[in-house]
Amino acid sequence: MSTLLEVSGVSVSFDGFRAINNLSLSIADRELRAVIGPNGAGKTTFMDIITGKTRADSGTVTWGERSISLLGLRESAIAQQGIGRKFQRPTVFEAQSVAENLHLALKNPRGPFAVLRGRRSNDDTARVAAIADEIGLSDQLPRRAGELSHGQKQWLEIGMLLAQEPRLLLVDEPAAGMTPQEREHTTDLLKRAAETRAVVVVEHDMEFVRRLNCKVTVLHEGRVLAEGSLDHVTANQEVIDVYLGR
Amino acid sequence: MKPGLLARNPSVLWFLAVLAVFALLVTVLSQVGLGLISTSFIKVLGKTLCLMLVAVAMDVVWGYCGILSLGHMAFFGIGGYAIGQWLMYARTEIIVAGSLAAAPIPPTPQEIAEGIGTQIFGVVGSSDFPMVWSFAHSLPLQLLMVVLVPGLLALVFGWLAFRSRVTGVYLSILTQAMTLALSLWLFQNDSGLRGNNGLSGLQNLPGLDHVSQDLIAIVFLWAAALALALGYVLFAWVTSGKMGSVIRAIRDDEARVRFLGYGVEGYKLFVFTLTAVIAALAGALYYPQAGIINPAELAPIASIYLAVWVAIGGRGRLYGAAIWAAFVSLLSSWFTGGGAPPINLGVYTILWTDWWLVLLGLTFVAVTLFFPKGIGGLFDLIPPRHLVPDRVGDFGPGTGARRREEGAEE
Repeated sequence: MSTLLEVSGVSVSFDGFRAINNLSLSIADRELRAVIGPNGAGKTTFMDIITGKTRADSGTVTWGERSISLLGLRESAIAQQGIGRKFQRPTVFEAQSVAENLHLALKNPRGPFAVLRGRRSNDDTARVAAIADEIGLSDQLPRRAGELSHGQKQWLEIGMLLAQEPRLLLVDEPAAGMTPQEREHTTDLLKRAAETRAVVVVEHDMEFVRRLNCKVTVLHEGRVLAEGSLDHVTANQEVIDVYLGR
Repeated sequence: MKPGLLARNPSVLWFLAVLAVFALLVTVLSQVGLGLISTSFIKVLGKTLCLMLVAVAMDVVWGYCGILSLGHMAFFGIGGYAIGQWLMYARTEIIVAGSLAAAPIPPTPQEIAEGIGTQIFGVVGSSDFPMVWSFAHSLPLQLLMVVLVPGLLALVFGWLAFRSRVTGVYLSILTQAMTLALSLWLFQNDSGLRGNNGLSGLQNLPGLDHVSQDLIAIVFLWAAALALALGYVLFAWVTSGKMGSVIRAIRDDEARVRFLGYGVEGYKLFVFTLTAVIAALAGALYYPQAGIINPAELAPIASIYLAVWVAIGGRGRLYGAAIWAAFVSLLSSWFTGGGAPPINLGVYTILWTDWWLVLLGLTFVAVTLFFPKGIGGLFDLIPPRHLVPDRVGDFGPGTGARRREEGAEE
C-alpha cells in the first residue's frame, strides 16, 4: 500500500504549551486507522494541522503521490485536495434541508461563478439519493437538517463527507452521544467508507475502537506513544500507565 | 423535474406584478390631467423605488451573506456623483456654448472648456478640471464609471477585508470607516467634486429643456421600476439554488463551508461587489430625480439607516427589505415635508420634522425586541411554518460583539 499522508516531525505550541511535539505518522491509501489518547493528547490539534486550521511551527505534512506539502495551503484548498473532516459536534447547516446539505458537499466545481452557472443535474440528484440511502436518510431529504435527531445529524455529516468524495476522511469522535444501535450503524458506515478511501477516526471509546478492528495509534502529550493492533497497544506498559491504567 | 426560478420563488411574481400595477397606476393618475399626483410626488415615488433597490441589495449582502456592510449608501452616492458629473458638464456646456455663440468671434473648444470649468468650479474658487472629471464629457464613459468606480472600490476593499478574515462587528466598523473617509474626502474643496456644495441642477437633463418635468419624472419612475424589477429578479436568482445555499451556509457557519472546499472569501467578494454595483446603479437613477447630491448623502448615517430599514423589514427575505424601505421613505417625506400635523402639548409642541427620527428609532427598538424577524416575518404566519428557523443563531449582533466566556473555545 502506498502512503497517502505523511506527517513528520510536526510541532505546535500554544503560548508555550507544546500541543504537538515532534509528531510523525503516516496513513496509507485505503487504510482505516483509529487514533486514541487521553484528553489533551493533541488528537484534535493533529486534525487541525492536517486540515489547515492550525499552522505547524515545524515539520512537514505531505500528501498524495506527488507529495504536495499541505502546510501553507488554505482550508478550502486542502479540502479540494481530497481531505474531508467531520467535527466532534455535528456541524450541518441546520437551516437548510438534508438534500441541500448533501448538494452543497457534492464533489463539483467550487468557484462562485461555476456554482452560479451550474444547474442541479440529474446525475447530482442520483448521487445525493445514493448517499442518502447509504446513510439511511432517504425519507428525510426534504426536511430541514435542524429537525433531525443527534444521531441522524452525525450521519448526515458523514454523508456530506462521502459526497465530497475525499481520499482521506478525518472523523472526530463520531460515536459521541449515540445509542448502541446508532453506534453499530456508524461503525458499518466507517468500515464501508474505508474500503474505498483512507479513514482516520479519533475516538475515546475503546469498545467502539475494538469494533472498528483496525490499526491503532496512541497519542500522548502530542507524540505517538504506541502503534499497532488494539491488543498490541493495550499490552504496552507505557500506554497502560498514561491512559488505561487510570 | 426542476421547477423554474419563478415557480420556486412565488414572491418574485407577486413583487413584479405589484410593481407593474403601481407604475401603471401612477402614470394614469398623473397623465389624466386630474392633478391627483403632483410632479414632486412622482419624484418622491421614483426615488423610493431606487431606495427599495438598494435595500434589496443590502438585504442580500447582510440578510443572506451575513456581512453587515455600513458602506452601501456610499456606493449609492458614488453612482450619483458619477452620473451627476456628466449631467452638470453636459448642461453647462450647452449654456456656455450658447452664451459664447453670441460673441463676434466664434469660441474655440478651449474657451468653451474654460467657460465650463469657471461655471462649475467657481463656487470652490477654481476653474481647472481635476482628474476625476476626465470622462465627464462623455455619457457612455461616465455610465461606465457608475459601474466601475464602486465596483473596483468594493473589490479592492472587500479583498483586503475578507482575505484577512475580518468578520462580524469588526467588518462593519471597517466598512463604516471607508464610508466616513470617502465622505470626508468629498467634503474637501480639493477633491474636485465641489466640496460641500456637491453637484446640483441634476434634474435638468441636458438638451431636454423643452420637455416638461412631469414627463421626465414619469420616465424616471418607469426606469427606476424597471431597474428594481431587474435587480429583484437578479438577486432572487443569486439567492436561490446552490449559490443561495452556499451564501446562507457562509452566513451560518463560515468555517464549515471552508472545510467543504469552498473559498469563502471569493463568495463574499462576489456578493459584496455585485451588491455594491447594483447600489451604485440605484444611486445613478436616484440623484437625477433628487436634483442635488452632496457629501452629506454619503455620510455613515445614511448606510446605518439602510441597515435599519432592512432589519425592520426582515433580513433574509428580499420583499421585506423592499417593502420597509418604501414605507420609511414615504413616511419620512410625509413627516419631514410638513404632512403630519404638529401636536400641541401645551408646554411643548411636537414638530414632526424634529421628532420623526425619534419615532423611527423607537420603531427600530420595538421591532428588534418583539419581531426579530422583521415586518416581513409576518408573512410566515400564512403558510405552515418550519420547525427550524431560516437561519442558525439569533438576529442580534454577531458573536464578536460579545465578551468571550472564560475558558470557552472560539
